[in-house]
Amino acid sequence: MHAIATKMTKDAAAQPARGAAPSLSVALAGSGGSGVMTAGNLLVDAAARAGLYGLMVRTSGPQIRGGEAAALLRLSPTPVATLDDGFDVLLAIDWQNVGRFFDEIPLTRTSVIVGDPDEGVVPDVYTATGARFAPVPLKKMAKAIAGSWTNMVALGVAGALAGVPRAALEAALRASWKRADDKLAANLAALDAGMQAAAAISGVRALAATGRSGAGRWNVSGNEAAGYGAIRGGVRFVAAYPITPATELLEWMAPALVKVGGTLLQAEDELASINMIVGASYGGVPSLTATAGPGLALMTEGIGLAVSAEVPIVVVDVMRGGPSTGIPAKSEQSDLSFAVSGLTGDAPRIVVAPTSIADCLATTQWAVHLAEALQAPAIVLSDQFMGQSRAIIDRPADEALVGERLTAAANAPDYKRYRDTASGVSPMAVPGTPGTVYTADGLEHTEAGIPSSQPRDHRLQLDKRARKLALYDFGDRWADVEGDLAADAAVITFGSTTAAVREAVARLAAEGTTVRLLALRLLAPAQPPKLAKALAGVTRVLVIEQNHGGQLLHWLRAAYDLPGRPAGFHRPGPLPLRPGEIAEAILAWRNA
Amino acid sequence: MNDAAACAPLTPASFKSSYKPIWCPGCGDYSVLSSVTKALAMIGQPPEKVAVVSGIGCSSRIPAYTTCYGFHGVHGRALAAATGLKVARPDLTVLVAGGDGDGYSIGGNHFLHACRRNVDLTYIVMDNHVYGMTKGQPSPTTEPDWDSKLSPGGTGVRSFHPLVIALASGANFVARAFSGDPNGTADIIAQAIRHPGFSFIEILSPCVTFRPEQREWKQLVHPAPVQQTDDPGRAARRIMTDDGFNIGVLYAGERPPYPLGKAKTPTAVADLEAEFAL
Repeated sequence: MHAIATKMTKDAAAQPARGAAPSLSVALAGSGGSGVMTAGNLLVDAAARAGLYGLMVRTSGPQIRGGEAAALLRLSPTPVATLDDGFDVLLAIDWQNVGRFFDEIPLTRTSVIVGDPDEGVVPDVYTATGARFAPVPLKKMAKAIAGSWTNMVALGVAGALAGVPRAALEAALRASWKRADDKLAANLAALDAGMQAAAAISGVRALAATGRSGAGRWNVSGNEAAGYGAIRGGVRFVAAYPITPATELLEWMAPALVKVGGTLLQAEDELASINMIVGASYGGVPSLTATAGPGLALMTEGIGLAVSAEVPIVVVDVMRGGPSTGIPAKSEQSDLSFAVSGLTGDAPRIVVAPTSIADCLATTQWAVHLAEALQAPAIVLSDQFMGQSRAIIDRPADEALVGERLTAAANAPDYKRYRDTASGVSPMAVPGTPGTVYTADGLEHTEAGIPSSQPRDHRLQLDKRARKLALYDFGDRWADVEGDLAADAAVITFGSTTAAVREAVARLAAEGTTVRLLALRLLAPAQPPKLAKALAGVTRVLVIEQNHGGQLLHWLRAAYDLPGRPAGFHRPGPLPLRPGEIAEAILAWRNA
Repeated sequence: MNDAAACAPLTPASFKSSYKPIWCPGCGDYSVLSSVTKALAMIGQPPEKVAVVSGIGCSSRIPAYTTCYGFHGVHGRALAAATGLKVARPDLTVLVAGGDGDGYSIGGNHFLHACRRNVDLTYIVMDNHVYGMTKGQPSPTTEPDWDSKLSPGGTGVRSFHPLVIALASGANFVARAFSGDPNGTADIIAQAIRHPGFSFIEILSPCVTFRPEQREWKQLVHPAPVQQTDDPGRAARRIMTDDGFNIGVLYAGERPPYPLGKAKTPTAVADLEAEFAL
């Protein structure tokens, strides 16, 4: 697979753009503490101020601090939600262990490697790509300007190569400055030195000026967007246990919740956090937790309780490589099977997946809305790629999706918490309400909530819990249906892979090969009539996802009638699926 | 409940539901239920302002036997659910109830952290030194030589000391009670509810079905011979050296409880996005 990807990368580089807007990809790498993440963040911020869109993916070695790190950037005058096939520029502040990023930073013979000749030689793996080396003595240049830092010289080089104007770089630097002003002047001088050094480097196609500013746009990570979406949806209680790569979502929510009158509580483990949110939501407060695979595994018991006791909760799973502890800081779409099927008993649940960093906001907000409306658990499948990456996006539209729970009125006559209603949703009494006391129960129960092992009660409640999800109208948000709507071939994907598939489909369309594209946002419950309509006229489908076993393909085959013989293109993380390899896979499948 | 009933004076009967408990004849938990309803009548909060949260086990069936809001969750997680409920809804009086297996074994970690977190909850453990619902297996408080089908000849493992663990972990109120003394137990429960922070009451509640020898407890229990203390060192020494049948409030501390409450003037949600805007 990798050989194909590399070949595709070279082909793609040989035919730049292919109808798409130009973009520039820059990797900033170095050992921990060299400041590459700071430089990367400043470059994205500056690019945004210059009217560009951008994406910055963070990657690091296994060490918590002090290991190697890289900021992977893609900048463009049009929105970017995925990395490109390769990088135009690799700028290394030093080479200590940076060779480890070889698979994550594909280079071609048209790429340029900028490195400090005093900080070691370029690793063979990079020179073997045929990329050209442009030495810049970053450290010496910084030393020559008292009080300046090497990474600011690097920022100047990278910024100039990308075509980001000096004024924007300076504005970004000033905005982030928290120290004494004399050092600001030194680092602005370092920035200039870097920009001058870049003038001597040829072969990088800088982006053209956009003539606009970043006004009206956001600089946001998927984790932050999900946290904000949750609060917009009405979440006011969060309990959680720290876990990579979900921690930043929680750290963003902790102060934000306090501001809006809510609370975040750090639990002793995930068993506690899931039960805490079930308890809080039973108390009438929309509640959420965020975790990753290992935490989700511990939470299944509590999610099952939320199914049985009909307590709305939202669980954001920021997926990482699995199984078990897996690859904590790298992305993979491999919790899908667990999310859609991993509970004991017949346990209807909602599973949604955002399709981009920007969509983390709306989809998490939707999840709160659905959980509250259906009094059921909703799992949001984000992933490390979306969660920990930052993007410059247009401010998302305001969504009128706020959780609205059907509650019982005080002294409601003949109140039964689990009454068998036509919709399956029954009024939930909020503690404090007089005349409607009941006991919420994880045991099977009667309509009144009293434990029961009677076959009639079990059947009635199973039917009720299934019916409320089956009868609900999930609207148009269930999937994005796009591409060539007349094509007889369709690709189906979900989650963060959507952006790469979208770009691959656009590239192929520019070359005359068209397909229909379905990006599923609602993974469970399955929507057979909606899918059948979206696939009308389609005779073949290809399912694209980032995991080893083809989990989406298996789920779709189990839950839907798909046309023809469904095919899959899937490979595991930690590397993101790239547009080039997807385009090649679609082409091979179309021509098969 | 209709409006007239809501206005009537609260008696223990106001807190007792009509559901018939599943407990065996002679089970100590009947008396504990009666003590809980007596204590709630003393507290005087209407039933709908009280939530009773439990996990799994014979004693964990207690929520539905009251007229309060009940939450009968999964095994061992009652304290977690109750913590979420109380932090989200500080206006409610929240009782947590369960047995020794639920609280000290599968829920052991939550017990430690509930004590140290010191959220204003009252935790009642009906300790009978056995898993009754699964028909007689040793629990953490079972004697090491107690013979059973699952652990023939005994577990050989020393028994857990919940009171000193609670004290060492930071519980703000620690008491031992006996189901055979329903009025005394009711009094302790009422004190526990009134005491700020995390209050823990270990109630010796015999399982006459699987531990018939526990009928002898009524001969063994005796009131704590000295006054309650707010000195955890003294309380620990007393708890560690007593005979296990010392009944009363053994410790009532002054540690500030986990802060509950909301921001005085909440920010508009839309203001949060200022940090994203360029």
